[in-house]
Amino acid sequence: MNDSGAAPAAETPTAAAGTVGRPNRIGEVILKAENITMRFGGVKALSDVSFDVRRGEVRSIIGPNGAGKSSMLNVINGFYQPQEGSIWYLGKSYSPMRPYIAASNGIARTFQNIALFKGMSTLDNIMTGRILKQKATLAEQALYIGRGRSEEIEHREHVERVIDFLEIQAVRKTPVGRLPYGLQKRVELGRALAAEPTLLLLDEPMAGMNLEEKEDMSRFIIDVNEYFGTTIALIEHDMGVVMDLSDRVVVLDYGSKLADGTPDEVRNNQAVIDAYLGVAHD
Amino acid sequence: MFYREAGQFKTSYAADQQLLPIPMDRVFVIAVVLIAIFVVPVVGSQYWLESILLPVLILSIAALGLNILTGYCGQLSLGTGGFMAAGAYMSYKIATNMPEFMPVWVPILGGGLFAASIGVIFGLPSLRIKGFYLAVATLAAQFFLLWLFQKVPWFVNYSISGVPSAPPETILGFYVTGASASPEAKYLFVLAFVIVLALLARNMVRSRIGRSWMAIRDMDIAAELIGIKPLQTKLTAFAISSFYCGVAGALWSFCYINTVEPTAFDIERSFQVLFMIIVGGLGSVLGSFFGAAFIFLLPILLNNVPGWFGLQLATDVVSHLEFMVFGAAIIFFLIVEPHGLARLWQIAKEKLRLWPFPH
Repeated sequence: MNDSGAAPAAETPTAAAGTVGRPNRIGEVILKAENITMRFGGVKALSDVSFDVRRGEVRSIIGPNGAGKSSMLNVINGFYQPQEGSIWYLGKSYSPMRPYIAASNGIARTFQNIALFKGMSTLDNIMTGRILKQKATLAEQALYIGRGRSEEIEHREHVERVIDFLEIQAVRKTPVGRLPYGLQKRVELGRALAAEPTLLLLDEPMAGMNLEEKEDMSRFIIDVNEYFGTTIALIEHDMGVVMDLSDRVVVLDYGSKLADGTPDEVRNNQAVIDAYLGVAHD
Repeated sequence: MFYREAGQFKTSYAADQQLLPIPMDRVFVIAVVLIAIFVVPVVGSQYWLESILLPVLILSIAALGLNILTGYCGQLSLGTGGFMAAGAYMSYKIATNMPEFMPVWVPILGGGLFAASIGVIFGLPSLRIKGFYLAVATLAAQFFLLWLFQKVPWFVNYSISGVPSAPPETILGFYVTGASASPEAKYLFVLAFVIVLALLARNMVRSRIGRSWMAIRDMDIAAELIGIKPLQTKLTAFAISSFYCGVAGALWSFCYINTVEPTAFDIERSFQVLFMIIVGGLGSVLGSFFGAAFIFLLPILLNNVPGWFGLQLATDVVSHLEFMVFGAAIIFFLIVEPHGLARLWQIAKEKLRLWPFPH
């Protein structure tokens, strides 16, 4: 990965070293996946997977196709309900987690295949990220009075800050269906950021991007983590990106956990090399 | 229209989020509304007011209601006629049993609320079923409701014919409903509902609730993971949509046909309103009006065209031609502009903005 895309992370070869530049960046454990087992019929997508995520860190989940990475994210924010295991999040244990509980407790996410609201403008898409924070009653909204009006303006201000941050001012009022792929990915990140999440789940944020777009996206991910202190759990196939951005990496293969540790530890783990990175050994 | 948007800068979000942010648009819409209120009733002939504008306006309300449900929330419904009937019958029941001092809009709104509650019940399957399957479930509402109102004489006060006349009601001494009311009074009464309901619809679709509907329509999974409750959001759409349909049904009975009868709300009506929003534009408040005018007026126009050219055609030929041209027009719209007349209007505005110099 190019150095301009991941300069701050480049100085974090290990989590311990990473804290030197930014002391206390990484805090306590906020999320624990505990013995998650998830079956689709006879297929075991996840078997007995456990790992944790600490506050403020960038946590990556890697693995070959079909390893269960996306299923893991879907379990964390309650879209899939696993047969066994529980999600411990901010002091409470959920088995299973539910989408609404996840969303209202500050877990936001983006999707591998962009899941934007195609008929709506960029602005409206990002405004949907604020829906849980808007409390106006139906009557106030229909008459556009009181909170119906003041909330629209107040949240518009916040959304505009997200738009400025992601540098998508020019497409503010364009329907997202008309935007190029890279921008759509950015709008989707914006929608997740608008919710001011505690934990941000990114499912392949750089899939299908060219080098330049990947650099931009890496920069946004680092900035989100650094300026807003948002904890990030991401799935990514680009090993350069993963190794540069992450504080800790968990490796899945065929639904089970293969390794867990700092990028260096994972890189040198023989099981990972065998199963995933595909380096021949004799 | 003939104006430029360039140079119109907004300095606050409040100014940018107005209903009509461009001053010329604002002036245009206010002018249209003022003309509709003050000029049209004076210059319009009885035929135009009673046989053209009145039904078009009432059907616009129904189209607006269905557009909220189908165009904005993405839930296909074929129960429009049933919900309109619910509004009509319940407002008749309320109007004939309420104390004298109550104003006439009470039964109309009461009918709307009754239709809304019925709509919520028939909206419950929408959590599990989507698209065409949901359309079949709402079709059940259409047939069940019409059957119910025909079979239960309580709704029509045990009237022997089963088709009672709409009760004459007054506002400020003017009759606004029933056969004896003047066309001008009826027109203004209906127009008031149209203006208020259209304004409320516009406000809803630009607020949180509107964005929730569109989110459910465009990508229900993502919407749920953002924290939108699917069932609650869909049921709100069903309730509000049915409320609009109920009000439209009540006005249809009270002001247009002057009787409360089931044949006015049969399955043909459901399809008619559905065609209106398809031709007018799904997910557009303005499109509901365009669609209502187009679908209602096209047959009348087609009926009259041969006469203008001095052609003496047999009545059955004219009515067959009408069906053929009508069908062709709908197919043409679906192929050429699936987003309907509202989108055509938008394109025309964009072209005119640059006209006559396209660069």
